[in-house]
Amino acid sequence: MALPAAFWLFFFFVLPLVIVFVVSFLTRGRGGVGQLPFTLENYERVFNVFLGVIQGSVWTALLTTVICLLVGYPLAFFIATRKRQWVRTLALFLVILPFWTNFLVRTYALQTILGREGIINNLLVGLGLTAQPLQLLNTTDAVLLGLVYGFLPFMVLPIYASVERFDFHFVEAAHDLGANDLRTFIRVIFPLTLPGVIAGSILVFIPAIGAFVTPDLLGGTRGIMIGNLINDQFKGSGNQPLGSALSIVIMALVMLALLVYVRFGDRGDD
Amino acid sequence: MTDVANRTIASPRLRPAPLVEFNDLAIKRDLLVRRIGRITLHVTPLFAYFFLWAPIAVLIVFSFNAGTSVSTWQGFTTQWYSNIFNNAISAGSEAGRFSTALMLNALRNSLLVSFAATFISTVIGTMVALSLARGSFPGKKVLDAVLYLPVVIPEITQAISLAVFFKVLFDFFGTLTGARVTTGFGTIIIAHVAFCLSYVVIVVRARLADMNPRLEEAARDLGANEWQTFWRVTFPLILPGIVAGALLAFTISLDDFVVTFFNAGIGTTTLPIFVYGMLKTRVPPEINAISTLMLLASTVLVGISLAMQGRRAARRA
Repeated sequence: MALPAAFWLFFFFVLPLVIVFVVSFLTRGRGGVGQLPFTLENYERVFNVFLGVIQGSVWTALLTTVICLLVGYPLAFFIATRKRQWVRTLALFLVILPFWTNFLVRTYALQTILGREGIINNLLVGLGLTAQPLQLLNTTDAVLLGLVYGFLPFMVLPIYASVERFDFHFVEAAHDLGANDLRTFIRVIFPLTLPGVIAGSILVFIPAIGAFVTPDLLGGTRGIMIGNLINDQFKGSGNQPLGSALSIVIMALVMLALLVYVRFGDRGDD
Repeated sequence: MTDVANRTIASPRLRPAPLVEFNDLAIKRDLLVRRIGRITLHVTPLFAYFFLWAPIAVLIVFSFNAGTSVSTWQGFTTQWYSNIFNNAISAGSEAGRFSTALMLNALRNSLLVSFAATFISTVIGTMVALSLARGSFPGKKVLDAVLYLPVVIPEITQAISLAVFFKVLFDFFGTLTGARVTTGFGTIIIAHVAFCLSYVVIVVRARLADMNPRLEEAARDLGANEWQTFWRVTFPLILPGIVAGALLAFTISLDDFVVTFFNAGIGTTTLPIFVYGMLKTRVPPEINAISTLMLLASTVLVGISLAMQGRRAARRA
């Protein structure tokens, strides 16, 4: 019974990853395809030429995670603490619906708003706040905005689940013992909803570090991330071994994040 | 006797002195903290909802904008919608061309891929979920771990690894038989199944974990064989999980851009690829109307699935 799925995963998931790992040590051949002999040159190039982009991507992904947490936690808390069931359902629905909308369409919506003749610039110029339209699109900030916009629901849903499971009698107990709201939050509520926070952070960080569409549509040449570099190496006659090495780097970063999750994540829940 | 009892209760002197010294400043501080907390808790969601919905609202409003600019209001029109529905090609417009026929073709491709990927991943996903929950076999732990990998490995890594894999495979096959194989619907569907599978397994397993195993034992005690037990007892009980898993797989597959982008061939343009093409080349004025229609379609789909879940929950209650 488990065989078809095991077969599928092995041939179409694990084996391709192994091949990419091998290709990342090959030399660039004709048409950008990898060929023997083995070399470490790709990784050398990754760390010499692309280190800036990698650092930038990690920074952007971390910032995305932090902003999603700062916005998503209060939002999830707000939704989970609504008393009426239908209000909760509606509030959650309003978070999930944009998320079910095609990712490209959502990113495009941001593109039109941030553009030179977009609604924000029209408003700023119309009100006389700036003489010239601002360069909002094709910046790293635009990419950051797009990533937060795209992945915020990933943060909200796990935290919502955590807060919903949280027993609010603990809050009463903390108050009875003389803690004020801030202390109650820091010492009681936040630690007990931490599994949701960590799960949400992982779920935001992983797609953010490997993002391709968002920097492609919103970042222009200035907001390049690792995903764009990989795309460049694979479309047309690029350099597949180099692209493979870059995606191994992404994998390594994700594994690092997962290690954090295993270490601090969902413990004592099951 | 009652007289004495009454007197004891009434006497205020017997109350103990308060244990906590009331400190006006501390109380004021705590009230301020509470107010700040309240404000944060109510303002952030407002901001978040605005942030999530404002771009979509702008998109919808500008889908009725006369004039080809996508961001400057030039009057109301439904021309873009009628262009889409009348299969008109906005020929000669400076902003780029759009063809309903091509879009419908992309939609058809998308549905074909997503239905196939959903069907395969639901069937084999349910099978593996069942055997992980009920059976024991060598390599179970490894399979269990590998099943979660597609959820946590970034899309772009999956996309290029499959692209490299197919290239190697087809080159090998080509030199072996001389036949030329290229990427197409087959490769897209295979790729989609590879990542949809995990989501199906996660959802079906959650459902299986909630199920009472005694029910299956009872069925066997009453003389049902394995096959009958499965179809009469287990399957109906996990069906909601299977449906939910299939819906999730379908949505993820339908929305997928990156994996399809790297594994598609000629003539297998799916809807996301089509939209990306429009965005990257010359944006046609119909784009807002198309986006609005796509938004409407997904709203209806989510609404239906939520309504179904709600009714099921109500029936169970």
